[in-house]
Amino acid sequence: MTNTTSVPELLSYTLNVNGRDHQVSDAELGENLLFVLRERLGLRGSKNACEQGECGSCSVLVDGRLECSCTMLAAAATGRQIVTVEGLTPSGDGLSEVQEAFVAEGAVQCGFCTPGLIVSVSDLLDRLPLATELEIREAISGNLCRCTGYGRIIAAVQAAQHARSAREALR
Amino acid sequence: MLRLPRFRYLRPQSVAEAADLMAEHGEQAMLVAGGTDLLPKMKRGQMEAEILVGLGHLAELRQLERSDDGGLRIGAGVTLSQIVHDAALARLYPGYVRAAALVSSPALRNAGTIGGNLCVDTRCNFYDQSYEWRMAVGFCMKKDGDICRVAPASKRCRAIASSDTAPAAMALGATVTLVSSAGRREVPVSALYEDDGQFYLAKAADEIIESIQLPAATDWSSSYVKVRRRGSIDFPLAGVAVALKAAGPVIEEGRIVITAVASRPLDVSEAAEPLVGCTLASLLEGQRDELLTGVAASAARPAKPLDNADLHYVWRKQMTRRGVEQAVREAATALLARSA
Repeated sequence: MTNTTSVPELLSYTLNVNGRDHQVSDAELGENLLFVLRERLGLRGSKNACEQGECGSCSVLVDGRLECSCTMLAAAATGRQIVTVEGLTPSGDGLSEVQEAFVAEGAVQCGFCTPGLIVSVSDLLDRLPLATELEIREAISGNLCRCTGYGRIIAAVQAAQHARSAREALR
Repeated sequence: MLRLPRFRYLRPQSVAEAADLMAEHGEQAMLVAGGTDLLPKMKRGQMEAEILVGLGHLAELRQLERSDDGGLRIGAGVTLSQIVHDAALARLYPGYVRAAALVSSPALRNAGTIGGNLCVDTRCNFYDQSYEWRMAVGFCMKKDGDICRVAPASKRCRAIASSDTAPAAMALGATVTLVSSAGRREVPVSALYEDDGQFYLAKAADEIIESIQLPAATDWSSSYVKVRRRGSIDFPLAGVAVALKAAGPVIEEGRIVITAVASRPLDVSEAAEPLVGCTLASLLEGQRDELLTGVAASAARPAKPLDNADLHYVWRKQMTRRGVEQAVREAATALLARSA
């Protein structure tokens, strides 16, 4: 007696993205999470570059864990809490501290890697608010940027750290 | 854009069921846990499977428990990140944890599992390319072709063993538990690999790695040195895992495993024999440099890198020697710090 479920080729499921349930209908099994986020749910913040898990521009948080949405089947993300770059600002508009810092420090050039970096850095600062430069480099080591040379990105992360600790001190 | 081809996805409720499914579907089926190796390779046509048998949801593969002999039994579905962030593990098995920490990037370590890393595909410049690239240049025997592009006279595929955790586990004397529809067996990690880039796994296709067992590490320390172009993401171009045993100031036993310089990780522990009887202090204070150079040279002798990876193959062999020296020093340093 086997309890194996064979997942049908065309399927409908619910994805919880940025705190909201989204219905996905008649999706193909082989659609990865990045594709569903962008093409079915219209959340185009997560970028589609290498599609092989090497560049990090599709980074999202799944149950609080940083993952490449391009190497994850969307159907495998049902029942989990997905946060994309669009969901990082508390009110859904305006900019987060990390985003403000990226703008202020000039850490954005062509901008294609930026959403993935924002997600990785937000994840880092939630886990390790006082991350050292080495820890910052390690945390963004899966995010490829071909423009900036990373100097301004690291400066932006440190500026975001200062902004956060200043806000905490004011509390 | 790269799209996944059509496939069926089966979601077994246990490892035993997964094994039955693999036996039933034979070559049509492949296992998937983290998916970080398989899914990109399916997109590039390097791997084809009509059926994927999912393991990622199985809680029974994510256990981490102390075994009776003081060792550790780690479920194959434990992620590389869990290994990296386990402080107790880092104290006992620093080489294994280091190897896991040097795999790919944080996001992929969050998804990739330790069982998957032991089974990670071998690599080659003529194979790790898009379908169109491989078609234009000419397919190789590892996929869709019949000759080896890097060594055309070779009867076998020369792709490179690319797991970082496999050599580290071998240096620790680790074993794996394999489950199939026929039953369960425990084999040394070294017995998982064949000297063949195409058929690189010695286990049967329907055998599933259930767990990895790390033996007790009292009096042992370990290290792992990885050579690559960038400090992240890249697979090893050469890798050296070392484990040394010393209850006091004198080395009692040593193991060395090199990787990414052949189609399987190579256990070259005989090369470590001259280290036995050396004091840790003499090794680290430079009094035994000649001996260490000799150990490194004989450890790297079986390394046969070819021109099928990033950077020059002669340099990769040289770096294997340097990697042995560095890894021995790191393990000795840890042991000395412990005895002090």
